[in-house]
Amino acid sequence: MNFLGQTWVGEWLTGLGRIAVLTRDAVAACLTFKASRRDLFYQIYFIGIKSQAVVLVTGAFTGMVLTAQTYFQFHKVKMDTATLAVVGVSMCDELGPVLTALMVAGRVGAAIAAEIGTMRVTEQIDALRTLATHPIDYLVVPRLTASMIALPLLTMESIVLGISSGYIVGTKLMGIDPTYLWYNMLKYTGDIDVEFGLVKSFFYGGIIALIGCYKGMTCGMGAEGVGRATTEAVVYSSISILICNFFLTLALQRVALMLL
Amino acid sequence: MIVVRQLKKSFGPQLILDGVDLEIDSGESVVIIGRSGGGKSVLLKHLIGLLQPDAGEVLVDGENITRMDERQLLHVREKFGMVFQGAALFDSMTVAENVAFPLERKKKYTAAEIAQRVAAALDMVDLPGTQQKKPAELSGGMRKRVGLARAIIYEPQIILYDEPTTGLDPIVSDSIDHLIIRVRDQLKVTSVVVTHDMRSARRVGNHVFLLHEKKIYAHGPPAEFFASTDPIVRQFVDGVADAKPVFL
Repeated sequence: MNFLGQTWVGEWLTGLGRIAVLTRDAVAACLTFKASRRDLFYQIYFIGIKSQAVVLVTGAFTGMVLTAQTYFQFHKVKMDTATLAVVGVSMCDELGPVLTALMVAGRVGAAIAAEIGTMRVTEQIDALRTLATHPIDYLVVPRLTASMIALPLLTMESIVLGISSGYIVGTKLMGIDPTYLWYNMLKYTGDIDVEFGLVKSFFYGGIIALIGCYKGMTCGMGAEGVGRATTEAVVYSSISILICNFFLTLALQRVALMLL
Repeated sequence: MIVVRQLKKSFGPQLILDGVDLEIDSGESVVIIGRSGGGKSVLLKHLIGLLQPDAGEVLVDGENITRMDERQLLHVREKFGMVFQGAALFDSMTVAENVAFPLERKKKYTAAEIAQRVAAALDMVDLPGTQQKKPAELSGGMRKRVGLARAIIYEPQIILYDEPTTGLDPIVSDSIDHLIIRVRDQLKVTSVVVTHDMRSARRVGNHVFLLHEKKIYAHGPPAEFFASTDPIVRQFVDGVADAKPVFL
């Protein structure tokens, strides 16, 4: 067992176990409302408002390029007016939540890991503990809650902007009939697609905050440790989001079939 | 009262503490001296539960804190204040927010009461009017004073000082020593000071412990301790290094 613990598999399993414990403690603390309202609002501002530019640009240009590519293919088979329906479903189910989460992971996940990592190496986390404050209550709970609130809202914005920009590209640049374009989009994009996207983004918000906090709280000493924690937070969050996306898609489809 | 029994701690293969025994009475001012890297700060962190020992126990007012989880420890830590070697101020906050932090978390005080107590704590550490400064704008000595103000504002029973004069010039060190004595006498707290500054140890301690070779090697009141003829104690007190050949 000791040998296994020293291999990368052992380290990986240990890390997974620690994240699971952190998740359990953080969720328990969230349920008992241990976070201060001021910290929570600040984190919502930092994660939600400060990510506007990156999310809006990502959503808009994803919608635009998706519209253009779909139109180029559909035009060959005279299905131009179905273009925005594809864009709508793709943006709601997959591209909106996943791309928003990846962009926020790059910006917010890195910032969380760097901030908490710096606190760790300068003994500020120990100082918190000596002041009878649990680091999970003060550091993890506001970030986790804020991230799970902000991500669905950012995803919503990204979806709206992606479809809107796709509509403009379709009608103004590609010359598609606007009425049929819009009608088909509404016909094939259901409420369930939007709900799938929002449920997914809620989970991605949790992943970004938890991995960022975990990497910060366990980072190595010195500037190198903080740098490595920051990089790992972004890489691991992004990979986790992509892996979870597959399993969430399957799970949500199953749930939808059971409910409908 | 703090009692440490047969405390052992290793980091990986490196043994840091190997059966430390220590007793600190309420109201006492204890100084723990020893060589750099000898485990003084590690011992201090065990007293407040920041580190868990591999073996042994730490009793605070009769409660064994080594068997407590983090949430149970929070209640024990309300008895403690700690001044860190690098001050460990929250760098995103102002001085006032740092000092007010423990009171804000308790949610028992009004904003006016907190402001008043912050001003009083900063007065006590000779830093009046610095409320709006950020930690980055302060010198090393000022940061330690703010750290001390933050540690005393909620009137703990025990204050731990981790190398309070390290890295400071002699004049600032002297003022920190006076501050520790003033806090001890005015607030009637138990003080535990970890240092390798012999001048500071003579001044602030009622009882001196020497941590040597991972154990408490010698202890006693300052007058008795500093008059000891034991070669290990003398070597440390007089600051005499072993002569080693130099190869260049």
